[in-house]
Amino acid sequence: MSTAGRASLATLVAIAIFVFGVPLVWTIDPDATDPTHRLAALSLAHPLGTDEIGRDVLSRLAHGGQITLVVGVAAMVTALLVGVAVGGVAGFYGGVVDGLLMRLTDAMLAIPSFFLVLVVVTVVGSAIPVLVLVIGGLSWMPVARVVYGETLRWKHAEFVVAAESLGVPPWQVFVRHVLPQATPVLLVSATLGVGTAILTESAISYLGLGVQPPTPSWGSMLQRAQQYVFTAPTLAFYPGAAIVLIVLAFNFLGDGLRDVLDPRARTRTSGRPPA
Amino acid sequence: MILFTSVLTFFFVNLAPGGPASITSMTVTEEQRQALIREMGLDRPVLQRYADWLGGAVRGDLGTSLTTDLPVAGLIGDRLPNTLLLSGVALALACLVGIPMGIVQALRRDSVLDRVLDVVSAIGLAVPVFWLGIVLILFFAVDLRLLPSAGIASAVDSSIGDRVVHLVLPTVTLATTILPTVVRFMRTSLLEVLGMEYLRTADAKGLPARLVIGRHALRNALIPVVSAIGALIPRLLGGTVVTESVFGWPGMGRLALDAANGRDYTLVTGIAVVVAAIAVVSSIVVDVAYTRLDPRVTVA
Repeated sequence: MSTAGRASLATLVAIAIFVFGVPLVWTIDPDATDPTHRLAALSLAHPLGTDEIGRDVLSRLAHGGQITLVVGVAAMVTALLVGVAVGGVAGFYGGVVDGLLMRLTDAMLAIPSFFLVLVVVTVVGSAIPVLVLVIGGLSWMPVARVVYGETLRWKHAEFVVAAESLGVPPWQVFVRHVLPQATPVLLVSATLGVGTAILTESAISYLGLGVQPPTPSWGSMLQRAQQYVFTAPTLAFYPGAAIVLIVLAFNFLGDGLRDVLDPRARTRTSGRPPA
Repeated sequence: MILFTSVLTFFFVNLAPGGPASITSMTVTEEQRQALIREMGLDRPVLQRYADWLGGAVRGDLGTSLTTDLPVAGLIGDRLPNTLLLSGVALALACLVGIPMGIVQALRRDSVLDRVLDVVSAIGLAVPVFWLGIVLILFFAVDLRLLPSAGIASAVDSSIGDRVVHLVLPTVTLATTILPTVVRFMRTSLLEVLGMEYLRTADAKGLPARLVIGRHALRNALIPVVSAIGALIPRLLGGTVVTESVFGWPGMGRLALDAANGRDYTLVTGIAVVVAAIAVVSSIVVDVAYTRLDPRVTVA
């Protein structure tokens, strides 16, 4: 893999160790307030200072990172499951089902999905599982297209036809014989998908509609920080920089994986899928 | 497509727990509840309510906002021009900066400049829009005191110049949501075209490089970029929600946010449908531009 890809993998491992490891060592409660030390600067007691109500920033950054990372990965898994199901069924069965499902995919791509996120959280609120389902449920379209394309490509291959003629049920043919052909491409789009999902979660949480206080996420930490940006700019710096770093790492890792796994796409443009 | 969004949002809103359905479980007296249900027409089946709503929507009536008691269409109409201004300028900015940047990168392939711009694009893709906005405010409005940090115009001064100055930071921020992708598409597309046979022919017959690039390469390289920009419009419109709230821009995105915070679902539904309509209209415009550039394609 490219140097950038390896460096990204190392960065992601480091971030994971930080967000899951630090709370074991640094045991200050992320929600505990210390009213006498509000907006404190860096010190031994609070290595990254405190926020506007005296909560320890280091502790919140680690706990918030867990939420951000878990929501990002879970949303990507949701998108992957829906995308594989839609693309696979459409490609495998063809006909009317194909037409309906792929029109649905096109339609979902053409709508500004961020407004649909607002609709959903307005109505059902924003518990973390809801956020995962919403973010995943509105970003499966690129996956569906990839799986659809690969299914059409392989469904008439000899080994697939052979399996079918042996009487293997269709869903099993799909899972055992067609899907593995798409795995490399899916791995790439899953990696890039985590970055996109993290950006979406942080935007929703920044707006106050995502992860609800006092639970921290990198996005929700930035929500309050904007009010204090004049007096305590570092409060806005750490979570923002953390988001940039993790998304950058997922994007570079995705590009690196693509170079290794998908030689056909080597010259293609990289970055998040245009959705 | 607009119809699709309206079906999606309307039925989701009306059938989901926590929507109008929750009124039936609110802690009010039985009479109050019945009165509310009747007032909102919730005693009728959902299909009929959708048909009524759709009938109104076609005539420009999107219902009444739950939090303000004002017509949804009017609330949206007040904010719509501001959002169109913001996203229109941001789109223009992304094209005017992104396309030349991509061209330069392709022509100077693998140079230091190309690599540097590549890294800049990668960072641009990873930066959360709202954070970029905060950083820009900190730098240009607080440290340098060059540009205003919020609003659409000053209270005392409403000249054109003042409005332009207020546009700078929000449009730059919003443009960044799509700029890196425009740059990358332009670069890749031009590189692909530059490798074509007909360009070698043009070169071989002695046309000056300026003409080879300008007349033959760019025209063809722009075609996929135009369709990519069309596909980016939904993302640009989604970015208005965040951008408008960072900069206190009185547009539709912030209206949607306020509506979401107030659980004003008639307003949120109306906005989602209007935004989908904007996205559809812009994609038609892009399709028309596409046929101008590529005579082989006709609008279906």
